[in-house]
Amino acid sequence: MDDLIAARLQMAISLGFHIVFACIGMTMPILMAFSEWRWLRTGKQVFLDITKAWSKGVAIFFAVGAVSGTVLSFELGLLWPQFMRHAGAIIGMPFSWEGTAFFIEAIALGIFLYGWNRLNKWVHWLSGIIVGISGVLSGIFVVSANAWMNSPTGFDWVNGKAVNIDPVKAMFNDAWLSQSLHMTLAAFVSTSFAVAGVHAYLLLKKGSIAFHSQAVKTALIFGSIAALLQPLSGDFSAKDVAKRQPAKLAALEGLYKTSKPAELVIGGIPNDARERVDYAIRIPGGLSYLAKGDFNAEVTGLDKFPKEDRPPVIITHIAFQLMVGIGFLLAFTSVLYLAFSIKWRYILMKKWWLCLIAFTTPLGFIAVEAGWTVTETGRQPWIIYGIMRTKDAVSPMPGLHYSFYVITTVYLLLSFIIVWLMRRQINTITQYYPSANNNA
Amino acid sequence: MLTFIIIILGGCFLLYTLLGGADFGAGIVETFAGRREEITISKAIAPVWEANHVWLILAVVILFTGFPQVYSSLSLVLHIPLMLVLLGIICRGSAFTFRHYDVVNDNSHKYFTVLFRISSFITPVFLGMVLGAMMLGRITLDTTKSFYDVFISPWFNIFCISMGVFSACLFTYISATFLVGETKIDRERKMYVRFSKRAMLLCMLTGLLVFVTAGAEGYDLSGEFLLSTTSLVTLLLATILCTVIWHFLNKEKNKTVYLRIGVGIQVTFILIGWFYIQFPVLIRLQNGRHLTFFNTQAPGATLEQLLIALIAGLILVIPGFIYLFKIFKVRSNKL
Repeated sequence: MDDLIAARLQMAISLGFHIVFACIGMTMPILMAFSEWRWLRTGKQVFLDITKAWSKGVAIFFAVGAVSGTVLSFELGLLWPQFMRHAGAIIGMPFSWEGTAFFIEAIALGIFLYGWNRLNKWVHWLSGIIVGISGVLSGIFVVSANAWMNSPTGFDWVNGKAVNIDPVKAMFNDAWLSQSLHMTLAAFVSTSFAVAGVHAYLLLKKGSIAFHSQAVKTALIFGSIAALLQPLSGDFSAKDVAKRQPAKLAALEGLYKTSKPAELVIGGIPNDARERVDYAIRIPGGLSYLAKGDFNAEVTGLDKFPKEDRPPVIITHIAFQLMVGIGFLLAFTSVLYLAFSIKWRYILMKKWWLCLIAFTTPLGFIAVEAGWTVTETGRQPWIIYGIMRTKDAVSPMPGLHYSFYVITTVYLLLSFIIVWLMRRQINTITQYYPSANNNA
Repeated sequence: MLTFIIIILGGCFLLYTLLGGADFGAGIVETFAGRREEITISKAIAPVWEANHVWLILAVVILFTGFPQVYSSLSLVLHIPLMLVLLGIICRGSAFTFRHYDVVNDNSHKYFTVLFRISSFITPVFLGMVLGAMMLGRITLDTTKSFYDVFISPWFNIFCISMGVFSACLFTYISATFLVGETKIDRERKMYVRFSKRAMLLCMLTGLLVFVTAGAEGYDLSGEFLLSTTSLVTLLLATILCTVIWHFLNKEKNKTVYLRIGVGIQVTFILIGWFYIQFPVLIRLQNGRHLTFFNTQAPGATLEQLLIALIAGLILVIPGFIYLFKIFKVRSNKL
């Protein structure tokens, strides 16, 4: 295997693995704190049980997230030493803030998980809130560092070196807001729907049990709000990408030729040889409107870029369609959820509805992975957009594919073990939490 | 400004050695202890190990922000041992959590336990080897040389291996001494006292080995210690402290606080001594153009922002950290 490909795949596997745990680490503390708050307000055992049952799972996810995050902080250098040599001084700042936020998160989580009997109830609840806030903040900091790779600012590039470095400007680059907003919402959508899905599945299997229906409710409150906001944030991101990275927009929309007006291509399979997307649905002027807010605007296509500066279209386009498709499906489910819970509550316990929610379990995370693929492959061939190419940043050490094999094996194994451990936790819920046996 | 950053970096390094070291060492101690001790050890490290671990992340972040060239050179040349450190960190953290949080206690825990113990030993060894490689001066950034010269020989030699073994012994010593205060059962306490004493002797032996192997590899470590008064004094003080700690270990009612403070000071002395012979060099290179704090520091604007983030961070983190330890380490002793 080519070393560059091996390094890129290793980075993709490591990030793709970590991102799941990061999303859970951002969302679950808020869900747990919400459930605990309901317990504190109502005194109902079921809410306490839900919080405790969740916290056992979260402890595992959080620990694996912490170690896989540590791996990433080293891998940036192990795989891309040339990149870190130049970028370290520019984007180190968000990473140092992230370090702080993560530190607070780890401390507060230790207090939350182990402090049940040692602390005042409200202090305990507050520690959960702190875990959530610092989790979201650390996510935002890391994403702003990634946003800088898409929108490098805060330095002058003179003779292959960065001078006049302004780390504050680099951190608050043009892409940080749209990217971190989109990522934070994505974390809430994916985790909440996954949690709701698992409990919906258990409702299907075990009948109407308050423990599970309340868990679904808590998760979907957050999930549906985030899923409804996500298309707006996506639109904001797309307009931003159109302005800053026209090649990425062209790749993800499958727009080979500059067009005025440009049609929106939905689905289909990009055909690089013929430079068109086959089997797609087309909406005339749609892309012009989405990218520029005007049905007749010109949208730059890939033909404006030399071949060596174009991102791979097939992966980017398909990943983008997958993300948007799931996004809309979840947003639609959320509209239904809100409507049902306001007006037709009885539907929420119907079998078809629970099946739908159970079906959405993995979808949010698939969308997260797809979205991450879009932003990373869409930036290629650059590691720092317009400044440094990925192939110039890779480590010159021969045999990088060996570490790729090792990391992939380890992460696959860990994923299997985690799924297995979660199944064990789910199977023993009724044993540890009596309220999980009570009918609603 | 640079001075403050160096002090904070040193502080992170010290805290990681002490707290992270105690965690790693706990895995090694557990290997030689019994079932009852396994429970004490798990209870002792579960609430704090993640927070302890963040000191390493902080040190890495300071390194790549403040001294990017050092970070990129290290990760280029020491790719293999660093990758092994990472594998150790992943396996250790995951195995520990899997075992600790699993709801069913069955045979599968045997595998997690084995993985946890092996990685608790391997990780400090490779960490020590990385440090050894930074000191030895066999690192070259000229990647046109042979694979062996660039990627293997700087860290794979008897000096670096001795450094690795020394680190593992030091971590075991720190951990065993910390654990003395974690149990109320007399028999168990005595076991930790025994471990602590043995590990202390092993530290001295392997410490000596580090000096001997350094000589064998053509690196005049003892000469450098003799040249620096501070290093010599701190090394002597650390050695003298051994007798004091030995004395406290022998007391029937071990004063846990004294023991812990004693070990803390001892490790601080060892690191200060090491720092003084090394300063300002971070990585010794084969061609003599060593990478130092001064010639690799990031531009002023970056250092300024880094320092602001670090100070603001520490103001937020330290009270939280103390609170965490107070809940689980101070109050629990009174229960």
